Amino acid sequence: MQTHMKQNLWGYIFIGPFIIGFLAFTIIPIIASFYFSFTSYDLFSSPEWVGFDNFRKMFTDDPRYLHSLKITFIYVFAGVPLRLIFALVVAMILNTASRAVGLYRTLYYLPSLIGGSVAVAIMWRNIFGDEGIVNIALMTMGIDPVRWFGNPTAALWMLIFLSVWQFGSSMLIFLAGLKSIPQSYYEAASVDGAGFFQKFFTITIPMLSPVILFNAIMQTIAAFMTFVPAFIISKGTGGPLDGTLLYSLYLFMQGFEFFHMGYASAMAWVMLIIIAILTSLIFFSSRFWVHYESEGGR
Amino acid sequence: MKAKHVKKLVYHIIVAGFAVLLLYPVIWLVMSSFKESELIFATADSLIPNPFVLSNYAQGWEGFGNYGFGTFIFNTAVFVVLVLIGHLISCSLIAFGFARLKFRGRAFWFAIMIMTLMLPYEVVMIPQYIIFAQLDWLNSLKPLVVPAYFGHPFFIFLLVQFIRTIPRELDEAAIIDGCNTFGIYYRIILPLITPALATTAIFTFYWTWDNLLGPVLYLNSPSKYTVSMALNMFLSNETVSNWGAMFAMSVVSLIPVFIIFFIFQRYVVEGISTSGLKG
Repeated sequence: MQTHMKQNLWGYIFIGPFIIGFLAFTIIPIIASFYFSFTSYDLFSSPEWVGFDNFRKMFTDDPRYLHSLKITFIYVFAGVPLRLIFALVVAMILNTASRAVGLYRTLYYLPSLIGGSVAVAIMWRNIFGDEGIVNIALMTMGIDPVRWFGNPTAALWMLIFLSVWQFGSSMLIFLAGLKSIPQSYYEAASVDGAGFFQKFFTITIPMLSPVILFNAIMQTIAAFMTFVPAFIISKGTGGPLDGTLLYSLYLFMQGFEFFHMGYASAMAWVMLIIIAILTSLIFFSSRFWVHYESEGGR
Repeated sequence: MKAKHVKKLVYHIIVAGFAVLLLYPVIWLVMSSFKESELIFATADSLIPNPFVLSNYAQGWEGFGNYGFGTFIFNTAVFVVLVLIGHLISCSLIAFGFARLKFRGRAFWFAIMIMTLMLPYEVVMIPQYIIFAQLDWLNSLKPLVVPAYFGHPFFIFLLVQFIRTIPRELDEAAIIDGCNTFGIYYRIILPLITPALATTAIFTFYWTWDNLLGPVLYLNSPSKYTVSMALNMFLSNETVSNWGAMFAMSVVSLIPVFIIFFIFQRYVVEGISTSGLKG
């Protein structure tokens, strides 16, 4: 009994900081945020209870919100799959015995390394300018230059390209996954006369599926919360014509520019619910496509 | 045999060529920072600065509002170091508790920790701001630094995974030698998890150095600005001709990131490959 008490005490001494931090910086704010989401609150006067008004307004009375939600979905569902496919293709190309692979791996990873910075967002803004190098490249290929900042759809794709450009960290994870697939599987398949695509779909994809699942979930969450590139590239406005008004940026504007703290809290809760639904959808779908070796396959 | 060589050559040309294409924007940014401001877009199709000038760096380094860019770098360095110390101490203690100690409620708190990993910052952002405003912590580093001393779920998880690979026999031997629980943490585990601590330190550096939302929320006076906020200011004050200074300081802000990466490359690559940390 004595030692049990002592063990419990030691345990809580070590994880104590986490519990205190969790209560102070997570659980209390979550409860507060839940309460604020049912109020009208401008930070200076006290919160006023409005029931479900904020949520009703979001979906029936705020076209800007619905627009922001729509472009965020486009951003997530175009950007994440493109990035993962790109990462997988490059990882397969780099999965050779060549000695130069280490160098290539480093070079391909660099965009991911610096991609979240303000400097890169500034760079992106400038290479997509009317006279930027992207348009120069398009013109040399005989394609008409695009006014990336004159067209909301083009501006959103500019953000998606920035996200795909940072495929490097997923590529590293896929590369590690590919290396762990026993070479004998491929040899056996070759003996049986399997071609490239057959091997890809019956060996590579199933063996890699747990890693793909993990990446898909983490990247979807991260993409949904993207803030810096939209903030910098649009100079904090979400323009042109709200083309880059990603969810996090609109939430930030509602909270800290218009001081609609109640409304912004409600937006944060809807975001949490959407992320939870998306994550569970990916997760539940995984039983149909993710292969775990310990189960002996499906 | 010859065909094999040709195939290899083609492979390297394609893979290396694609790397250049991918990094071309960064190369363009660096080279443009040595061009005269007016020439950056006039000669955007050429990489070679003609004439080669350093004036953008001189102009950018002057900063704005009576504060030089050196001040912003110093502020960011203080921010990074304080968060770094917080993460190394708190995450290693917490991870040791989860990985090695048996106590009631361990599974519960571990599950809670994994859940906070998935929690969007936006959900707690507004109430946290209100709490910190009540504490009179606005316009200081405190709201950005103090939470780091209570652990970070990503790094706790990383360290827990790492500690679990260390044989328990070492702990038992230490107990026989008279070590108490804290002694096991400090003398046995801590020295053995230095690779994972290095990964923690490196990613803490990257995330803190790049952090924009936190400083934008909590720091108001230019004397306290971080590098990413200063760059944001350059952008808001953007006029027709001062791209040069903005480009130059963007390059300066990337230098520490590259230096750390090239020194500690091994830890970065391993950290991502094994734990899926986002770079």
